[in-house]
Amino acid sequence: MNDVSGEMIVGRGNKEGAGLFRTWFEELTQAAEQDRRAAYVFVMGSLTELLRVFDFPIVFPEINSLQTAVRRVAHEYLDEAEDYGYSPDICGYVKADVATQLRGGELPMGRIPKPSIAVYTNACNTYIKWAEIWERMYDVPTFVLDVPGTRAAGTQTWPGDPDFENDRRYVAAQIRELIVVCEKVSGIKFDIDRLRETMGHANTMSRGWKRVLELNQARPSLFNALSDGTIYLGVANGLRGSAVGAKYFTELVEELEYKRERGIGTLTDEQYRLLFVGVPCYPIFRRFTELFTELGGTFVNSTYLWFASGGANAGYEYDLGNPLDSLAEGLLISVRDAMDSMFYQTNILIQMIEQYEADGVVYHPIKSCRTVSTGLADNRRELMNERDIPSLFIESDMMDRRVVSEAQLKNRVDAFFEGLAARKDRAAAETA
Amino acid sequence: MAYAAGVDVGSTQTKAVVIDEDRKIVSRCLTETGANVVRAAEKAFEEALHGGDLREEEVEYVVGTGYGRYKVTFGNAQVTEISCHGRGAVHMFPETRTVVDMGGQDTKAIRVSPTGEIVDFCMNDKCAAGTGRFLGAASSALDIPLDELGPTALRGERAVKISTTCTVFAESEVLSWLGKGKKIEDILLGVHQSIAARSAGLLRRVGIDEEVTFTGGVARNLAMVETLNARLGLKVNVSEDSHFMGALGAALFALDRILASRAPAKSGRGKTT
Repeated sequence: MNDVSGEMIVGRGNKEGAGLFRTWFEELTQAAEQDRRAAYVFVMGSLTELLRVFDFPIVFPEINSLQTAVRRVAHEYLDEAEDYGYSPDICGYVKADVATQLRGGELPMGRIPKPSIAVYTNACNTYIKWAEIWERMYDVPTFVLDVPGTRAAGTQTWPGDPDFENDRRYVAAQIRELIVVCEKVSGIKFDIDRLRETMGHANTMSRGWKRVLELNQARPSLFNALSDGTIYLGVANGLRGSAVGAKYFTELVEELEYKRERGIGTLTDEQYRLLFVGVPCYPIFRRFTELFTELGGTFVNSTYLWFASGGANAGYEYDLGNPLDSLAEGLLISVRDAMDSMFYQTNILIQMIEQYEADGVVYHPIKSCRTVSTGLADNRRELMNERDIPSLFIESDMMDRRVVSEAQLKNRVDAFFEGLAARKDRAAAETA
Repeated sequence: MAYAAGVDVGSTQTKAVVIDEDRKIVSRCLTETGANVVRAAEKAFEEALHGGDLREEEVEYVVGTGYGRYKVTFGNAQVTEISCHGRGAVHMFPETRTVVDMGGQDTKAIRVSPTGEIVDFCMNDKCAAGTGRFLGAASSALDIPLDELGPTALRGERAVKISTTCTVFAESEVLSWLGKGKKIEDILLGVHQSIAARSAGLLRRVGIDEEVTFTGGVARNLAMVETLNARLGLKVNVSEDSHFMGALGAALFALDRILASRAPAKSGRGKTT
């Protein structure tokens, strides 16, 4: 551990994460001003390890869009896209991005460069139609990596299995095709040693991300998976494969181990340990978390930190001696894990409940992403059949404040905590 | 004798109930909520005290509930109406395991334990379809007082199918059926069936288990009770105090606290705890 004081360590991850974001956007703004063209990617299967080899500035439209909501200007972007003709019913991230493009890339955090290529997987069905918008707007190539899903939900196959080996070869062939396209678009020749370097950084980050999540099994929990966790997640995605990203996660693990050893948690009085399922409510991001923390609840883990990290939670580490095949293998394992974390959470939630000693589960389906929300009610029922654990089902949105009703949310959250308290009292009476 | 009170500040009406140590209701009051929510809570409580011939000091603990629970400024604590309706329903009908509460702006389905604790709940979201407001829209469109909707609907023989689930559009659909010459009682029967169908959907989401108790102001509407019974294929419990079930539950929580700790007499008005 570095010789730094505890005062400097505690909270460092949040502070430096925000700083890295600012720097990232300054660099993107600079790229936009110089008319350097970016690679547009998505969080599930971003392949930034590979794209960095070609010196593309990396733009994550999902992260840009959620930032407009956190900064409370999303409605301006949504209105603009709807005025342009997009339906209120489609993904809020897409609409905020369309408005961003119509504004020449202007965002509250800076300006993003135009795309020269879009690279994405089929992990989200909207990705494909979303990228076609850029294709039409800018006449740029879009490259879809077709990642075969598991043959039955929750039953991922692993290296050595014949089905897995077929799928890995299929993905590896696509990556080789992508390299040719990237060379052509960027004018930079592929350098496998640079790929080894970025993959090495990605390994450090994946290892760190897995460890960060594990460390929150501590009592009291070391970070709030909904608020602090989203900052960590932003770095895990936006800076994947970079040296600064690797350094950040090395230091974040150090910070959390420091806190664990000293029993430093997020709340002075952690009464209920909760799990979060779904996408955060970004329009009232801080307030939403407070609805729980004010009543002694903290989120110790979240499926969002799994699927929105593109499955980095699985901690897959590349074999740098065999980079291309290993990249395909890692992509296959991680993206499948991300998809299963979205669509088939019951098994991982049962594990989380046990490992994190959770008192309750909060499901948060959202209006503008049916992909991640469809099936949550059934998943909840399945979990309740499997485990005797209180759960809450609340609906709002990740972007659109028109469908976020704080009064309704609070009423439900309060009732959930009343149930948790009654259950705790009863358990205490039974053991007395 | 200790007394406890519950004040349920709902979106349209405010209810207050005072109970004694034997959990018997000694007084109740109902008033319109209106724009001054603080005053509505005070008025309901004052009138309940008056009705029970009680002085304010005799009520040791007050729990506020409903959407305006934090506006019960003289209360000692707040509990959601979700918990309160569950508690009140189990108190009235001890075998209750599922509660449907139909209020002015929301309908709740609540699954409760034998002791009245919430096991699960489900409510309408962002939309007042299937709530008392839906009946209000029909009342307005047909120019029939709310209290007469149920008796009129019960005279219906061939219910029309109300296809919209939107309270706003319900009014125009009702008018369109009138324009087609349908009888008012058949239209109203259709309106009640439509609400019952939505409520049954909510109930099925939490699971219909053993006895179902119907609470809230709309439970006074006999046509609503009958259409709900028909939809669920069972007979729901309805108390004469269904309208006061939230306030009763709040009063029971207040009494719990008195009995548990013999809490000091509640502080004066204006203090929120």
